[in-house]
Amino acid sequence: MPKSAVSLAGRTFAVMRKDLKAEFRSRYALNAVIMFALVTLTVISFALGILRLSPEMLAALFWIVVFFASMSGLAQTFIREEESGTSLVLKLSADGTSVFFGKALFNLLLLFMLAILIVPLFIVLLKAQIMSWPIFLAAVIPGLIGLAGATTIIAAIVAQASVKGTLFTVISFPVLLPLLVGVIEITKVALTGGIWGEVTAPLQLVAAYDVVMVTLSVMLFDFVWRQ
Amino acid sequence: MLRLKIEKLTKQFGARRVFTDIAFELTGGESIALVGPNGSGKTTLIMTVLGLLPPTRGKTEYFEDDKKLDFEQYRKKVALVAPYLNLYDNLTARENLRFLSEVNGCKIDDADIDRALETVGLAGRGDDFAGAYSSGMKQRLKYALAIVRDPEILFIDEPTSNLDEAGKKIVFDLIKNYRNDAILVIATNETEEYTLAEKRCQLGG
Repeated sequence: MPKSAVSLAGRTFAVMRKDLKAEFRSRYALNAVIMFALVTLTVISFALGILRLSPEMLAALFWIVVFFASMSGLAQTFIREEESGTSLVLKLSADGTSVFFGKALFNLLLLFMLAILIVPLFIVLLKAQIMSWPIFLAAVIPGLIGLAGATTIIAAIVAQASVKGTLFTVISFPVLLPLLVGVIEITKVALTGGIWGEVTAPLQLVAAYDVVMVTLSVMLFDFVWRQ
Repeated sequence: MLRLKIEKLTKQFGARRVFTDIAFELTGGESIALVGPNGSGKTTLIMTVLGLLPPTRGKTEYFEDDKKLDFEQYRKKVALVAPYLNLYDNLTARENLRFLSEVNGCKIDDADIDRALETVGLAGRGDDFAGAYSSGMKQRLKYALAIVRDPEILFIDEPTSNLDEAGKKIVFDLIKNYRNDAILVIATNETEEYTLAEKRCQLGG
């Protein structure tokens, strides 16, 4: 049977498409992530009543919600492969690089869907005022890229352990801490109406984190995943 | 021409030795049956030869025209059919074949898929979810995946597991008529199945 070859991009999108199809048919990760964010923001909103939080508190709260919401769903990309016994056929069929990028892209899409949902809720329920949208996006976009890159390789490690749920959060927290510190700082400036000059250092930290994390993940993924 | 060379392959889990000093060499067009009772290490040997389990001692090497292939190079040339190889239940049979071929690097069209499904007796069932298939149909779907990818080395663990008489006939025909430059490795304890291979490797005494 004559067949044409598929490029790395084609293989990557095939992995992402497969995960999206599976996700929209089961909605397991999406429901977990969205419900966590929704419940947390609603509870905080009721607890606060008419009180308004400071920009520092709001910035930290926003990323705490994103972090824990992603912890409840992002590990599923690999855990589902292990639990349904499909990891063997995937390991035999696909190369590590396309699996990593495909699953990281799927996680990134999931995080963007989460952000699209929680940003309006954050504004309405917690009365947050975003004074500079470009700076806010400069926190959210690289923040979500770093989160997706780091959690994808951590999920691949955790999927092979027996205590998956807890381990994912425990390993993710120290790995993600530099990223969280940086994006919280940028978000704070966006909420206080600061200028770009104030976010140069945290932006450099977040950009460096993303580059290092994605490069390291690509280099280590095959070894981690096939063990 | 492909060549598979196994040298003094030994696998041990803790103190338990699964197999010791297994050695054989196969070139394109040759086949071998790994024969032995349950628990004799046939599946472990297949996983080790595929590079999915590290050996305790010894080595497996794949060559193409005397050039040694690395894992990524030979992975594209092998396929496995086994009862423990699960396909995606939440994808249709057609989606399973397309996805697993695409990530393996080869683009296939609907005609390729229909032909493979027809060969294994699943014509008209391509749009059903794999999760709705019976275990026998799932086994047939794994053969369809092997056919559609047209691998140069085919590993089959328990060839007729879960299959009815019609399914067994399809598998025997498929093995007998498989491309004549391919390497076939069959793990079984059924006489009817291991006679399909030219060579034999006895495991577990």
